Amino acid sequence: MIVTDAITWILDNRSTFMVAFNRHMLMCVISLGLAALISIPTGFMVARSPRAAFVSVNTAGSLRSIPSLAILAATMPFLGIGLLPSLVALIVLAIPPLLLNTILGIREIDPAVLNAAKGMGMGRREILWQIELPLAMPSIITGVRTSAIQVIGGAALASFIGGGGLGDFVNAGIALMNMPRLLVGALPIALLAIVAEILFGWLERRFTQKR
Amino acid sequence: MIKLEHITKVYPGSDQYAVENLDLEIESGSTVTMIGPSGCGKTTTMRMINRLETPSRGRVLVDGHDIAHVDPKALRRTIGYVIQQVGLFPHMSIERNIATVPRLLGWERAETERRIDELLDLVGLDPDVMRKRLPHELSGGQRQRVGFARALAADPDIMLMDEPFGAIDPITRVRLQDEFRQILRKVSKTVVIVTHDLDEAIKMGDRIAIMRDGRLLQYDTPEAILANPANDFVESFLGQDRAIKRLALINVRQMMEPPRNVGVTRSISEEANLHAALSLILAERLDGLDIVGADGGRVGYLPRERVLSAQYEVTEA
Repeated sequence: MIVTDAITWILDNRSTFMVAFNRHMLMCVISLGLAALISIPTGFMVARSPRAAFVSVNTAGSLRSIPSLAILAATMPFLGIGLLPSLVALIVLAIPPLLLNTILGIREIDPAVLNAAKGMGMGRREILWQIELPLAMPSIITGVRTSAIQVIGGAALASFIGGGGLGDFVNAGIALMNMPRLLVGALPIALLAIVAEILFGWLERRFTQKR
Repeated sequence: MIKLEHITKVYPGSDQYAVENLDLEIESGSTVTMIGPSGCGKTTTMRMINRLETPSRGRVLVDGHDIAHVDPKALRRTIGYVIQQVGLFPHMSIERNIATVPRLLGWERAETERRIDELLDLVGLDPDVMRKRLPHELSGGQRQRVGFARALAADPDIMLMDEPFGAIDPITRVRLQDEFRQILRKVSKTVVIVTHDLDEAIKMGDRIAIMRDGRLLQYDTPEAILANPANDFVESFLGQDRAIKRLALINVRQMMEPPRNVGVTRSISEEANLHAALSLILAERLDGLDIVGADGGRVGYLPRERVLSAQYEVTEA
């Protein structure tokens, strides 16, 4: 049975597996974190200006249509191989959903709520932290969820440009026509994606306010 | 006192006056209703009082001070603000919504808590039931009550209300109008209400400001405006039934005669107005009505002719 063979291989080569798994997680967490640090503040800055929001939404939208492998491949000529080009590519991959959902979340806030907040004497900062951020939060988490899944899948391709991670097992499995080895990479990637989906889905519901 | 001096407002990119050379004085403790067709500048004018709009020319004085020199945030925290869509913060409980301005002003916790209970009681909501609820769990009328309480939280001297009853069903609207008017009288605020409902303007306002195309056409008491419209536009705006609307402003006690001993006719409360009295007289084809006090005893008699001639007698008085 291939699956049991794969699990046996993992148990026998635990340290090799953990190195790859940790590398995979590292790539996902760093790229997602940096993408969030770039996208969320940018989203807040552009959301209130129709022109800036239009430009951002369209740029992000066209970025999103580029296949993950193409983005990874495109970084290689500039940054060579290894972890850095992989991270850059994954950040580019993670930004569009985060940016789009942040802008959407802010734009969906009822203008009457902002009018009332301003009319009662709240300043820019108070409106941002007490009103806009909490109300946009469910939408932002939707963006994090989409990005996380993109990045987990995208990181599997990082192996092609020497980024390491679980994709190494998939590539080795294909090269050697060794199906259990392929699953050593593929199964954890699938599991990670499912866990991310469930976790962020739950968070999203926690933050969603009924109106 | 709020004083608007030669206020003109032109929006950037527009060649029309949103408000044109408007002068308005609002006495402390009085309620002014602003009315006119949509786009007449009534909301813009009101929003200049808490600096949500800035006049292009002219100035706004509150108690003699030009508010252009006051920090807008500090100014707004001293002015209650109620809007049609209420604008409660959907992610905050009712108590947190009401505590908005006290928190901005840095009130003591205990003081804020006490004030929340007091305000919920004032607007007829049970603090024990309501405090922890979220806005979406309330009816439209309850939400507007909370919005009203929130605006009153820091005990502002001035209340600005932008179509506060516009989104509420007609039955609840009348009840809220009555209650809010009583509360506003009791706490003696200077109130500006923007409305498109003439009956509401007559009912709520000590004075009515009628606007059109950015200009103030007439500014007077409801009685005076209904009796003497300044021009044809105001007259048609008031409607052909303005004489009947005026009756709603006259209490039956002002017109009644001493009580008669023969009590054969129908009766009406001494709190009622002539509009209600006339309606009853017409419906029942009566020659007059007995006026009764709160205890049910007869306090006067109102003959039909007195109702019909009330218009002229009150004008002359």
